[in-house]
Amino acid sequence: MDDERSTPQHEIEPVKPALTPLGTPPESPIRSREGDIIHTAPEFAIAEADVRSAEAGEFVAGTSLWKDAWRRLLKNRLAVFGMIVVFVVAALSIIGPSIIKKTTGYAPDYIPPDAALIKSFPPFRAPDGAFSWKHPMGTDIQGRDLFARVLQGGQISLLVGVIATVVSLIIGVGYGAVSGYLGGRFDNLMMRIVDVLYSLPYIILVIVLLAVFRRNTPLGQLVLLFVALGSVSWLTMARIVRGQVLSLKNQEFVLAARATGVSTLRIIFRHIVPNTLGPVIVYATLTIPSVMLTEAFLSFLGFGVQPPMSSWGTLATDGIQNIAVFPWQLIFPGVTMAIMLFSLNFVGDGLRDALDPQMRKG
Amino acid sequence: MLRFIIRRLLITVPMILVVITLTWGLIRLAPGNFYSGEKNIPKEIEANIRAKYGLDKPWYVQYGRMLGHVVRLDFGISLKYEGQSVNKIIMSSLPVSASVGITAYLLALVLGIVIGSVAALRQNSIWDYASMALAMLGISIPNFVLGPMLVLLFSLSLYWLPPSRWQGFASRNIILPVLTLSAIYIAYIARLTRAGMLEVLRSDYIRTARAKGLRESQVVIRHALRGGIMPVVSFTGPALAFLLTGTVVVERIFALPGLGNYFIQAALNRDEPLIIGIVAFIAMTLLLMNLLVDITYGFLDPRIRY
Repeated sequence: MDDERSTPQHEIEPVKPALTPLGTPPESPIRSREGDIIHTAPEFAIAEADVRSAEAGEFVAGTSLWKDAWRRLLKNRLAVFGMIVVFVVAALSIIGPSIIKKTTGYAPDYIPPDAALIKSFPPFRAPDGAFSWKHPMGTDIQGRDLFARVLQGGQISLLVGVIATVVSLIIGVGYGAVSGYLGGRFDNLMMRIVDVLYSLPYIILVIVLLAVFRRNTPLGQLVLLFVALGSVSWLTMARIVRGQVLSLKNQEFVLAARATGVSTLRIIFRHIVPNTLGPVIVYATLTIPSVMLTEAFLSFLGFGVQPPMSSWGTLATDGIQNIAVFPWQLIFPGVTMAIMLFSLNFVGDGLRDALDPQMRKG
Repeated sequence: MLRFIIRRLLITVPMILVVITLTWGLIRLAPGNFYSGEKNIPKEIEANIRAKYGLDKPWYVQYGRMLGHVVRLDFGISLKYEGQSVNKIIMSSLPVSASVGITAYLLALVLGIVIGSVAALRQNSIWDYASMALAMLGISIPNFVLGPMLVLLFSLSLYWLPPSRWQGFASRNIILPVLTLSAIYIAYIARLTRAGMLEVLRSDYIRTARAKGLRESQVVIRHALRGGIMPVVSFTGPALAFLLTGTVVVERIFALPGLGNYFIQAALNRDEPLIIGIVAFIAMTLLLMNLLVDITYGFLDPRIRY
């Protein structure tokens, strides 16, 4: 053999007896904390095992699917850029407002007591028109620091995006997994329901829901928003998970689990669902920006986050009122939101390319 | 084919029923009433109002009456715009929404398919990257931010175009709303076209077409595009739903007297006949459009049989 690359170099580690007397699975399965065996799909199992190089006879660490994906993700410059932006904006949103309060005394909803300061200053301008670092994004019509408000708005926008996505994740994964695993008539019925819901003009229902159930408390409205957004964005997730489950449920590791007497629910959620993680993560990442966009849209219509809370959507909407005179009130929250959504979309696209090399051939 | 259409229509009817029942249920379950405002109304007056609008009847009678309206396609009189029938409001506002929406979608189809095809034909070139980055930007900028920014640029700084107000289809006023609305479609369609074209360009029949000596322009336009825009066709369904949310925003920003604007007002005023009327109208239009899309699909792709 001249070219060592022409033969597969990887060999699975020396094999243990095929079946132990008690009939437990031969490969050493990964054990979760509760001691419950998580069977991994064969391709994962092989990839994760340490393998011995055929020629040299020394151990080389095998690359797992996740390590592989991570490496591919890091090669994607747009995705890396996206991750950095997402991380920086999220971190600034969380710690920024308190830092601003410490340095300039402007909390996000602090209105200066001095009447001369209650007006909208352009970015980087002191009241006398000179250059100043105090308000890098200017102030709003009531003299509040726009930078602090945009950062705090980011908290709410991200919170809505993440929580509504988690809600849709729970419903979608549960629904899709059960439907796919049960199969047959149940599957048919459950998927027809999804089809029907798909073609409903759901945004109309959301608007009616938010308009007629309008809460007076900001927190109540926020919870209503989570429910409304989460309950309409799980459909695609359910379809994706179902497709994955259909292709997984006839594999040996499921059979093994069933043979060892694991209950159906446990098989679905401990053995099958963990193996659908790749596509689920990809789709969840793409759901966050779309939910944030919908939240902004609803806020624009006055159905979203209520004052004194503010999100990027409500800040931009406030800015629209004064666009002719104080354009920065729209531009800063609007552009910040666009940059964040842009980056999140790139991260999602990058994840998809990284986790699904098939798609990448294109 | 005919059986397929009939079957689809048969599914469509219960779906419209579901939408309307859900909407009606939401309006009814919510606390408060259309007449309950800031001040308290004396008991007697309240009883009068309830009697006038039939609210004193049992819920199933009211529900039946509402369904009767929908079945007859006569949605009754608006509660807020007194004396105006819902049908008249819909008929007067529909042309506004439709002309902006359809123009925006056509513009997006042309631009999106051109941009997407160019990106696919020059894959991994600067054109490809630039157009895909631009498309991502189009998806990421909320239209209610884009709209005012266009106004800021073209109306308030350059003084080229009027910032708002509806003056009919054939006026310069329509340009900014259409641009605002079409941005996100251009982006989506460009991405879909690119993906579809990339797949098709690699297929055997394209190689055959090239092998038999067709000019490249022929290969692309006659052979590749037809298969490549299939994802765009199936996007039309969701696109129409999007168009709806888009027009709501655009109508608000540019103060257009369209369906979306009326719908938001109706939802805020709890103007039940108007809400039900607009929801029923939109649901019917959407579902019929989806049916049309599915039929078109069959014509474009001979492999699909019903």
